[in-house]
Amino acid sequence: MSPRKIVLRFGPEISDKPIIYRLVKDYDLVMNIVKANVNPQKEGIMVLELTGDNYEQGLKYLREQGVTVQALTHEVVRNEQRCTMCGACTAICPTGALYLDRPGMEVRFDGDSCVVCQLCVKACPVRAMEVKL
Amino acid sequence: MSEKTYQEINARIRSGKAVVVTAEEFIDIVREKGLARASREVDVVTTGTFAPMCSSGAFLNFGHPAPRIKMHRVWLNNVPAYTGIAAVDAYIGATELPEDDPLNSNHPGEFRYGGGHVIEDLVAGRPVRLKAVGYGTDCYPRREIETTITIHDINEAILFNPRNAYQNYNCAVNLSNRTIYTYMGILKPNLGNAHYSTSGQLSPLLKDPHFKTIGIGTRIFLGGGIGYVAWHGTQHFPAIQTDASGKELGPAGGTLAVIGDLKQMSPRWLMGTSYLGYGATLSVGIGVPIPILNEEIARYAAATDADLYAPIVDYGEAYPNRKPGNLGYVSYAQLKSGKIVVQGKEVPTAPLSSYPRAREIAGILKEWIQKGEFFLSEPVKLLPSPADGLTGKVLKG
Repeated sequence: MSPRKIVLRFGPEISDKPIIYRLVKDYDLVMNIVKANVNPQKEGIMVLELTGDNYEQGLKYLREQGVTVQALTHEVVRNEQRCTMCGACTAICPTGALYLDRPGMEVRFDGDSCVVCQLCVKACPVRAMEVKL
Repeated sequence: MSEKTYQEINARIRSGKAVVVTAEEFIDIVREKGLARASREVDVVTTGTFAPMCSSGAFLNFGHPAPRIKMHRVWLNNVPAYTGIAAVDAYIGATELPEDDPLNSNHPGEFRYGGGHVIEDLVAGRPVRLKAVGYGTDCYPRREIETTITIHDINEAILFNPRNAYQNYNCAVNLSNRTIYTYMGILKPNLGNAHYSTSGQLSPLLKDPHFKTIGIGTRIFLGGGIGYVAWHGTQHFPAIQTDASGKELGPAGGTLAVIGDLKQMSPRWLMGTSYLGYGATLSVGIGVPIPILNEEIARYAAATDADLYAPIVDYGEAYPNRKPGNLGYVSYAQLKSGKIVVQGKEVPTAPLSSYPRAREIAGILKEWIQKGEFFLSEPVKLLPSPADGLTGKVLKG
C-alpha cells in the first residue's frame, strides 16, 4: 500500500513552531513532504506522505497542537458555469490557488497550487467549487 | 454649459446616433478629451453591479385550482413564502429558509438552499414543488394542494426588491481573535483579511451621488431583463463621506427599491447564494443608465476608483454591537490592488461583488441602448439626495 497523503494546515500562531521535527523525533514517522508553503499571513500548509507504527498517535499530536489534518483523497474543481468571479474565495484560499487577475479582476484557479483544503467549497457563495472523488 | 434633455437623447437613440459608453470607458474619455468635451459628446453612461442583495424577493400569483383554495401557508421547494395577502398570492423572500434547515445549530451553518435559490430555480424555468394549505371557507373550500409548477405555468412572477444596489458598503475586517462568519464572508482573526462589496467606479449609485438622474420610474437592467426603480430603497440615507479634514470621499448610504417582470429575467443574473454561518440570499445584477444631461452629471459619472472610498469597519466587535465610528477610509483603487494597511498591518483584500459581471452588465446595457431596444425614462420624481439629510434610527429595546 502506498503511503497515505495528508494535508496539514497551521494557523499563524503555530506556523513557526518545530512541530514536524517532533513528529519525526517523538513518533518515529517516515515522511515525504510533497508541498509546503507559508503565506504572507503566516498561515502554513503542507502536503505529506506519512507512514509508521505511531501514525495515529502522530495525527493526534498534530491535532493537539492546533494543526488541521485532512486526508488528500479528493480534487477540487471549479464549476465554470456557476462561478460569478466575485472573488470571495481569494483571501480565504491559503495557497493562492484561487486569485484575482488584475486589473480585470477575473478569478483564476490554479489547480496545481491547490492542496484540497476545501475552504473554498464552503466559502463560495454560489457553491461553484466542488470536490471530486 | 451645454445641456441635453431626455427627449433629445432618446431621439438620438431612435436614430442610432446616440453615443453610449460604459462607466469605465467614460473615465478614459474624460481623461483623454477633458470633462467639457466628454460631457458634450457622450449621451449615456452605463453602470453595473452584481452582488448578493438580501432585501429581494418575488410576488407570485399561482392561479386558482378547482376547487378554489385560500392559501394560508405556502412552501416552494420546502421554503415558506409569505401568504398574508390575497388567496393565491405569495411573496417569496430571498433569505427565507426551509423550516427543517439546521440553521447555525452546527455552527457555521451552510444554508445551501433558501428563497434566493427558489427564485433562481423559477427564473431558470426549472420545476418547483408547490405545497399550500388553507383552512377552508365557503368561497375557498379546498384545504390543501401539492403540485409542481414552473414560472411559465403561473399568472404572474414579479421581482420586487425593497433594498438593492447599495451605493457604497463597508470594508469588513475582524479585530477579534476568532474566525467569524458574516454576510461579508469569512473574516479571519486579527485582521487576517478585508472584504468589500461594490463594483466601485462601475457601481450605479456611486456615479450619481446627488440623485440628479435616478428616480421613480428610471428604466434599468434588472436580473438580465428590464426593470424599473420603484422607490428609494429601505434604509436610503444618502450622504457624502468626508475625512477629518473635510475632504470629500465620495457618497454612501443610498439604496434602490426595484421592480420587474421575473418572467423575462435570467438565472445568470439572479443566483441563489449562501453565506457560511450567515444565511441564504440572492445575487442580483443591476445596471442603471446615466443620461449625461450636463457637465455636473458628467463629472460625477467620471469618478474613478481612486475618488471613491469605503469605511473600514470591525465586524468582530464594533459592528455587531452597533458601536459608531470606523477604522478609517480606503479607496476602491487601494481595495482593488489586493492589499490595504489597517492599524499598521498589511491586510489582503477580496471583493464579494463581481467586477467582471458588473462590467458585463454595463456592456449589455450599452448594447441594448445602441441597438435602440432600450430608451431612457425620465423619472416621475427624483430620489431623496444627501441634501435631504435622511438618517437611520436606532431601534430601542
